[in-house]
Amino acid sequence: MAGRAQPISAFPGIGAALVVAALILGTLAAVAARAEAGTGFGVSDWAALRFTLTQASLSALLSVGLAIPVARALARRRFPGRRLLIALLGAPFILPVIVAILGLLAVFGRAGWLSSLLGLFGLEPVQIYGLHGVVLAHVFFNLPLATRLILQGWQEIPAERFRLAAQLNAGPLAMWQLLEAPMLRRAAPGALAVVFAICLSSFAVALTLGGGPRATTIELAIYQAFRFDFDLGRAALLSGLQLGLTGAAALVALRVSAGEGFGAGLDRAVQRWDGHSRFSRGLDMFWIFLSAAFLLLPLAAIVLAGLPGLAALKGTVWQAAGNSILVSGFSTVILLALALPMAAAVAAGRDGMTELAGILGLAASPLVIGTGLFILIHPIADPFALALPVTALVNAVMALPFAMRILVPRAREVLGRYGRLSLSLDMQGWAFVRHVYLPRMRAQTGFAAGLAAALSMGDLGVVALFADPDFATLPLQIYRLMGAYRMEAAAGAALLLLVLSMGAFWILDRGGRWHAEA
Amino acid sequence: MLKLENCRIINGGFAVEADLAVAPGVCAAVIGPSGAGKSTLIEAIAGFLPVSRGGISWNGADLTAAPPGKRPIAMLFQDGNLFPHLTVAQNVALGIHASLRLADAERRQVEEALARVGLADMGNRKPAALSGGQQSRVALARVLVQGRDLLLLDEPFAALGPALKAEMLDLVAELARESGATVLMVSHDPNDARRIADQVVLVADGRAHAPQQTTQMLDNPPPALRAYLGMA
Amino acid sequence: MKHLAFAAGLLGASAAFAETPELTVYTYDSFVSDWGPGPAVEKAFEEVCGCDLKLVGAGDGAALLARIKLEGERSDADVVLGLDTNLTAAAKETGLFADHSVSADYALPVEWTDATFVPYDWGYFAFVHNADATVPTDFKTLADSDTKIVIQDPRSSTPGLGLLLWVKAAYGDEAPAVWKGLSDNVVTVTKGWSEAYGMFLEGEADMVLSYTTSPAYHLIAEEDGSKAAAAFDEGHYMQVEVAGKLANSDQSELADQFLAFMVSDAFQSIIPTTNWMYPAVIPATGLPEGFETLVQPGKSLLLSETEAADVRDAALGEWLDALSQ
Repeated sequence: MAGRAQPISAFPGIGAALVVAALILGTLAAVAARAEAGTGFGVSDWAALRFTLTQASLSALLSVGLAIPVARALARRRFPGRRLLIALLGAPFILPVIVAILGLLAVFGRAGWLSSLLGLFGLEPVQIYGLHGVVLAHVFFNLPLATRLILQGWQEIPAERFRLAAQLNAGPLAMWQLLEAPMLRRAAPGALAVVFAICLSSFAVALTLGGGPRATTIELAIYQAFRFDFDLGRAALLSGLQLGLTGAAALVALRVSAGEGFGAGLDRAVQRWDGHSRFSRGLDMFWIFLSAAFLLLPLAAIVLAGLPGLAALKGTVWQAAGNSILVSGFSTVILLALALPMAAAVAAGRDGMTELAGILGLAASPLVIGTGLFILIHPIADPFALALPVTALVNAVMALPFAMRILVPRAREVLGRYGRLSLSLDMQGWAFVRHVYLPRMRAQTGFAAGLAAALSMGDLGVVALFADPDFATLPLQIYRLMGAYRMEAAAGAALLLLVLSMGAFWILDRGGRWHAEA
Repeated sequence: MLKLENCRIINGGFAVEADLAVAPGVCAAVIGPSGAGKSTLIEAIAGFLPVSRGGISWNGADLTAAPPGKRPIAMLFQDGNLFPHLTVAQNVALGIHASLRLADAERRQVEEALARVGLADMGNRKPAALSGGQQSRVALARVLVQGRDLLLLDEPFAALGPALKAEMLDLVAELARESGATVLMVSHDPNDARRIADQVVLVADGRAHAPQQTTQMLDNPPPALRAYLGMA
Repeated sequence: MKHLAFAAGLLGASAAFAETPELTVYTYDSFVSDWGPGPAVEKAFEEVCGCDLKLVGAGDGAALLARIKLEGERSDADVVLGLDTNLTAAAKETGLFADHSVSADYALPVEWTDATFVPYDWGYFAFVHNADATVPTDFKTLADSDTKIVIQDPRSSTPGLGLLLWVKAAYGDEAPAVWKGLSDNVVTVTKGWSEAYGMFLEGEADMVLSYTTSPAYHLIAEEDGSKAAAAFDEGHYMQVEVAGKLANSDQSELADQFLAFMVSDAFQSIIPTTNWMYPAVIPATGLPEGFETLVQPGKSLLLSETEAADVRDAALGEWLDALSQ
């Protein structure tokens, strides 16, 4: 497609990518510049690197591997509560880490429901702590995301193609070859890269479920460099390594995820004629049931734990909730302002680096970004006074990789399909954005905005570094409650957070839903 | 007068050369074997593909470097001529202002164009609610309001039935006659050419030949065309 | 407030317009939270100082120190409150702190002679368990038992570091062997205190590393006597929390006044039931009812700040070795 004219300029997107890159690399440089005598790479760092790569690879493979049958089942089955289930499946991803850990342990822990159940039969409790526990927790967090990304791939196959396949009397194998395998070749590498990158920077989950210091990740080493050794050079070095690994994973994924799109249809409602055999029906129900149980049981534990505390929530928690909604709103606006132009630039095929910049947010250590921003802001302004904008901006950058994975494939399709027509009508720039790009991107924009809003709502991120007593977000307030022994109130606040996050996600995702499927 | 002077157009692996002129008001069919470069030629004229050599001009004005939307050209593609999320009237209105902000007179112009193609009162529908023929008519209504000198057709009616296709071609011819537009239409069916084209541009062996009178050309085809038409 | 007023306005934060002097105290986050001592301390001090006390929370003690190091001489802080004796050596090394002139009748198990830092509370690290359970009362018995514990990582948590130094202070060169013995008792290691304590309450472990004062919270605030701390025969490692004045403070006198206020009754009586630690000076009203039920260690362990700084890295290495296998 090189050399073809496009109705949309890549420059705003490249500009946005530069802002993102400047934020991530600039803060890293700021930290490195403040370093005094740094120690290099030690034996323990290599061990941390090995463990980080192992757990992240396993977690990514398993999350995406399981997401494929689950997404397929959700794509071709219609049942009451399906939409609710899809929305709820997004919940683990947006929970604060500490809440999710306790929810998981309530089900899979030594004293959890599963162990109690096994105990009834005289069996040993579940041994959750270890590499498998880390992977289990990461699958819990990321299976829903991977499922949504791949489900979206399915939903982007126009109704016309399913009709064609049905007309050709395509069986399961033919469906796979005609539609599913090509779609997965496009969608799966990106999903793998995203999950890999998320798990790469895992710390508290890996340590807790890993059962001890053998589960030391690079992010923990960064944390140690900061607060145990106050060795900023090491922190910057390790953070740079983390960025490098994520960048490499992203490049591989982009290289691999080749293949043509399916073209656009006429927005007909998707109807499916395949998968009516008893076997495939049973298989789909199995996957839906299994994933729902796996993801919803810990959520149920969180809800149950939170109900008694909900009534006791004090004004300050509600105020924090208000702050979180504010941050989340700002963050979502910033995200869209960055992601929509960037997706257009990537789709216009002008700038591969834009796509790379989009994924770096995943690997950026919040500690490094926060500290870097602090170093940069402190000389010119009061970092505390900027808590809201800074938190909103950083949350937006952290959500950017997800938004890009959601928006880019669709943007490609829109430009591929309507680029020439729009050009021939001399519809360019803002007119194209307003009348073609944005309307055609509506469903994806809603999904991305919902995810960003929910993520931002649940993110502790940099706010802990910038918070003053007058400006606490809900996740920070949850940590404070726990730190003050108020576990019940904390559980109540966590439930409130869950409801707010899910609510934000539901409203935005719903608002953008375009496919007229039942 | 549409002039392609000593042009060379590169599309991926292959190239088409063209050195020809089409007189104003003429309806010319572009025919030739599949893969010979008919669409490539049309896309270069429309401005989607750059020419690596030579130049394109319309009535003496050089178009070679002009972007697609700035050329005096309206074009219909094989498919995807309508935006599914916009109404019929909006799809037509795009031909006047891409911003969709229309004055009352312009809005009336859209209604008249729709009425002219037989779709009065259909303005508020979405394309998915129309038949294939009706969708083609919407695209033609837009061509009408665009009021460009040159109309390029890249087989937009290929998916329609014979009767419907004939009807559309007649409509194109009629509209072109009314407006005096010059038409270049890609076709693989000689009957299309016989039906409405005054002249034929043969594209074969990497070359677009100068237009010739339709009946003359089709009755006494050169060897390349003979092979294509299946005449031994 | 030296900084951009528009940014403050943007956040709806109230800038101090009046001539009232402002004292900025950096502390750890849980101190300023609604459930910590912060709100009561602010109110009490503002009643006597004729000033505006601005408490700023920054992570935990270690993050607090990192923050001060980052800001250096340009720091807005006048006082830093919330370091402990494991951090004071590094804090002094920065050269940012000034000596104090506070003297008080400290109720600490150790003698306090530090010229730079003033202690405001203290406590013993301890393993907390359900009162009805029988638990080991020294590290070696614990290592030989099936008792499961959940502890915090010394690299990311203050109690975690406390435990590291506890074992080191009690066993010296034997520490690696003790850790090796404990490794099968450790259910898991968490990033911070909250995760560990939450897991303990959920029943994931028999004991959790916390403080001897933890049961006081359950007893006093929740009227729940079901939690107890195990008294260990080796003695218990102490945490002494301190505050110090920054040499570059532009409110030097006010800072001195605050440090003196800190060891007075008004401040000290707030500490036990908000920070859930022992006050550094026993207030006139004595300790709150319920504190007398807490276990009293037979022996107090505390490495001096220089010892702590010296053994820290080696002890961490031993810990990592023993628990990574």
